[in-house]
Amino acid sequence: MPLLEDGRLRPDDWTSIEDEAPLPEGPAIVSLARLRAEADALAGRNAPLGVALSPETQPEEVAPFLDRLALVAVCLPKSKDGRAFTQIRALREHHGFTGEIRATGHVLPDQYAMLLRCGVTTVEVPESTDPATWTRSRDTIRIAYQAAQSADRPLSLLRRKLELA
Amino acid sequence: MNALTYPPHARTYRYDEIDREFLQERIAEFRGQVERRLKGELTEDEFKPLRLMNGLYLQLHAYMLRIAIPYGLLNSAQLRQLGRIARRWDRGFGHFTTRQNIQFNWTRLEDVPAMLEALAEVDMHAIQTSGNCIRNTTTDEYAGASPDEVVDPRVYAEILRQWSTLHPEFTWLPRKFKIAITGSPHDRVAAQVHDVGVLAKRNARGEVGFEVYAGGGLGRTPIIARKLRDWVPEAEFLAYMEAVLRVYNALGQRDNIYKARIKILVRDLGAEFTQMVEREYERMPRDKYRLDPEIVAAIGAHFAPPPFAALQDQPLPEDREFRAWAAASIRAHKQPGYASVTISLKPIGGIPGDASADQMEAVADLAERHSFGEIRVTHVQNLVLPHVRQEDLFTLWQGLRAAGLATPNIGLISDIIACPGMDYCALATARSIPIAQQISERFADLDRQHAIGECFINISGCINACGHHHVAHIGILGVDKRGEEVYQITLGGSATNDASIGELIGPAFSYDTIVDAVETLIATYVAHRTAGERFIDTYRRLGAAPFKEALYAPA
Amino acid sequence: MSTKAKARPATAPVVFTANRLRDGRVVWFGAEGIWQDRIAAVTPFAPEAAETGLAEAQQAERQQQVVGVYAVEVGPGPTPLKFRERLRVSGPSVAAEAA
Repeated sequence: MPLLEDGRLRPDDWTSIEDEAPLPEGPAIVSLARLRAEADALAGRNAPLGVALSPETQPEEVAPFLDRLALVAVCLPKSKDGRAFTQIRALREHHGFTGEIRATGHVLPDQYAMLLRCGVTTVEVPESTDPATWTRSRDTIRIAYQAAQSADRPLSLLRRKLELA
Repeated sequence: MNALTYPPHARTYRYDEIDREFLQERIAEFRGQVERRLKGELTEDEFKPLRLMNGLYLQLHAYMLRIAIPYGLLNSAQLRQLGRIARRWDRGFGHFTTRQNIQFNWTRLEDVPAMLEALAEVDMHAIQTSGNCIRNTTTDEYAGASPDEVVDPRVYAEILRQWSTLHPEFTWLPRKFKIAITGSPHDRVAAQVHDVGVLAKRNARGEVGFEVYAGGGLGRTPIIARKLRDWVPEAEFLAYMEAVLRVYNALGQRDNIYKARIKILVRDLGAEFTQMVEREYERMPRDKYRLDPEIVAAIGAHFAPPPFAALQDQPLPEDREFRAWAAASIRAHKQPGYASVTISLKPIGGIPGDASADQMEAVADLAERHSFGEIRVTHVQNLVLPHVRQEDLFTLWQGLRAAGLATPNIGLISDIIACPGMDYCALATARSIPIAQQISERFADLDRQHAIGECFINISGCINACGHHHVAHIGILGVDKRGEEVYQITLGGSATNDASIGELIGPAFSYDTIVDAVETLIATYVAHRTAGERFIDTYRRLGAAPFKEALYAPA
Repeated sequence: MSTKAKARPATAPVVFTANRLRDGRVVWFGAEGIWQDRIAAVTPFAPEAAETGLAEAQQAERQQQVVGVYAVEVGPGPTPLKFRERLRVSGPSVAAEAA
């Protein structure tokens, strides 16, 4: 499926690997269980490594591996299941993760701006997606009342002007 | 008077240009979402959480729009505009709720963006009045007026409102999240039955801090909250709130709607919940979340005392009818010569919490004349004029009487909380409003009501307990039993400092016998009470036995 | 919601009901195949035809005309057997204005 980054579609260079499947040459996303079990072997690979977190995983669990990871994928199994928002924020804020954070699953365009503010990099979207719907949604509300992970420009009181685009 | 012309001394939070720009952006967003829904770009399952976060429900007969009245505070221009909306887009009335909001029962989806525009004209909105997000914070209806107030809770309620509005992390929570805050040692906000309850207080140095409770709630699993902390310093208030919400968003149940509220998580984790919040709080980059004293001061300026006149307390006129109203409706004020006045929205036989557009306008006029243009909505579904000169009370009473708003029953048996029930609500399993009306009519004689004294009856039309039946002296819960409405009675609930959950007294009563049952309970109380005892006191002293016997013993 | 549609098999004649998407008003669907404002205007499906009826009724959901289709068992009139549905026919049982 294509990815949405900075409001534009781009192809996905990463491959998600089942736990028992052999690893490919290129960038690969594995489960946390596999990452734990094969940490050394995976570190020895000569290609970027990513991990897919299930919604119930606490970011602390992946913390020991973050310096070896270029990507963390989080998942909204249903659009209204918002655990990923806390995972994303914690990865950035508590663990200082600077690689790609990817939102997968059932993500609505209406959640794009908030995902970005929590610190997401890319969103996995269906093939037929019109990116304009996402950028419109992202750009509709330009004012926020609370601190976030993105580079907000502080204004008076609790308010910050958004710079998501 | 134009809706945009605010009464100069009404202490509601005044929007600035950026607040207004934000509202316009939010309306544009919702207008777009409605268009996408009508075109089929959004399914109902996708649209539902989006519309709910704009206060829009699909109820039994139509859409229902719930409008936020931030912490129950209104100025006269806003109330007048609500009346206008009731006339233009509803059937000429609105319904004030236990969450200090107002809802309109006959909304058309197509009209909602225009209704939101009309609200924005007076700096109002419907944001987060529903959905699994942080809802409207509730507070003390006597804030800024009550003699026992230690900290003005409106300041922190507004800070919570801004902080929780479209919060990027906490907009897709496991379930709804309700915060109540009080700044008085006498809890008038039912803090211990909220997801988070906050008691603002001062230390010996006069600094503001917060006692924080979490995990209280009603619904099908009523629970009294756990105290997390005795003292959170003012500067750390939002950081601590963030920590609570982070733990809840990560760990609250998602697979069972009945176990998704924070109360279940707190109950299951017990002390560990507190530890997790503390751990999160300790590790946060707290500078980033620090509440700047300048912000507190700037928001506090919106709630500065209005220009009170230097007056003396004075005796009330002798008129008997006026005195009866005054005894029920007037509350002491911290400013000499002033009083707070509660306006009953519980006329005998009426719908609890309903007000017609005419009545909204009448109250707006009276508030302008007598209360600096300020109105409060109470969680008991009444209105309050917070700052009335004692010398104006008689004139005010005459004005209220002319508008049908002078029923002297505040705190008495006909001052009933009732959810909309099956007459309007899609979730309800039984009607609530007609039961409230019949009880009110049965006890219509106000001398009798005064003789009975303080007694709270709350009625819910389903187990979700929007009518707060668990915390009433006499709670009534309507349920469906094989296609028939039946009503369970709980006794001994309280929502104040001595919060308690009422106990189920026995088998349910039918629609036709529930009012008789209430009458029996009252007769039993009157027969057993000692001098000065309220219903709840007698119940606590004697327990359920005499009431049970009176209700169920064979005649 | 669509989950309501998965009710047990009908044992009495049924009509279908939903709320109209644009204004939320209660509407009814019978053998005529048209959504109506008044239940009196629709002809019930026999219990054994309920499943086919449901499929027809749900088309309108997919075409953004109605929301939350479900079956309502009815007696003569047609009058719903359940009190809740009779309330949806008649409107609130309480006067629709402040006293």
